[in-house]
Amino acid sequence: MNVNTKYTLIAILVMAVVTFGTRVAPFVLFGKNKPTPKYIVYLGNYLPPAVMAMLIIYCLRNVVLSSFPFGIPEVIGVITVAILHIWKRNNLASILGGTVVYMIAIQLIFV
Amino acid sequence: MKKTIKAAFSVTIPVMLGYISVGIAFGLLFERAGYNFLWAIFMSIFVYAGSMQFIAINLLTSGVGLFEIALMTLFVNIRHVFYGLSFIDEFKGMEKKKMYMIFSLTDETYSLLCSSKTPVGVERNSFLFCITLLNQIYWVIGTLIGSIAGSLITFNTKGIDFAMTALFVVIFIEQWDTYKNHIPVLIGVTSTILSLLIFGANNLIFPSMIFITVALILFQKQIARKTHKINKVGIKNEC
Repeated sequence: MNVNTKYTLIAILVMAVVTFGTRVAPFVLFGKNKPTPKYIVYLGNYLPPAVMAMLIIYCLRNVVLSSFPFGIPEVIGVITVAILHIWKRNNLASILGGTVVYMIAIQLIFV
Repeated sequence: MKKTIKAAFSVTIPVMLGYISVGIAFGLLFERAGYNFLWAIFMSIFVYAGSMQFIAINLLTSGVGLFEIALMTLFVNIRHVFYGLSFIDEFKGMEKKKMYMIFSLTDETYSLLCSSKTPVGVERNSFLFCITLLNQIYWVIGTLIGSIAGSLITFNTKGIDFAMTALFVVIFIEQWDTYKNHIPVLIGVTSTILSLLIFGANNLIFPSMIFITVALILFQKQIARKTHKINKVGIKNEC
């Protein structure tokens, strides 16, 4: 695949600027001894779990449930990650284990 | 200085393990998507945001417009707005280091800065700076290893991008344990499935974020009450 250099460069810079923006915002907006607005604190507390749930579904957005393999490999993969993680609490083992199981599922079993 | 680096290193070991392994996964996926190690390192140095870099692989390969990229970055990273709140006073004395401290305030760095006690005889600002810098070094090293490994791999890598989903599942489980209240998770799931059904797979992020924000505001009382009942400490971004 050929990388579109100009587009990729600009896109990465956009991500860099926006990411820095989110990190510098409180220093710019609330730096002068002003108390942080309550709703900001509230959203700050409860957005992260909601967004993480969103990102998992976003990752799985192209799974087709109505035809073979009916999303079964994805379900197996996610369950593997969850079990490994609840059991061992080791990020690397959970990610690696789940990915290997998923790859085996789609390459060898559900073909 | 040596003492400071040593103290900072011992504190960062858990993040080192996490960042190097997740960095490897990122470098590997980015390489398999057609972007060589220079791109991977470029992104890990200048963007330096784990989840977002994984999402970026998706966005870049499908050639998504710059405005959508900006929007997605904002939503994925909006939580960072709240990390800085805890350090407004702390970073005031950091002078030249301040900009870098703000730039590199990732989830993991934030949690270390919140929890680490400065050892006796070590200057606090340098200690915090070393922790922060070491973390990014781990991230860049992991990225480099993954990227180079990705270019050497010859077996069938179909499905390897599941690593991204796996990463989010891991973060999700960690968050599940941290939060006593799971209404926000329910809101996240419902909002996203709803926008997936209404707007389709390619346009689901923006509407889901709106649904999530509105629902969080609507159910504020229930969420706050439940949190209060179980856990009297309602504010999590206070160190």
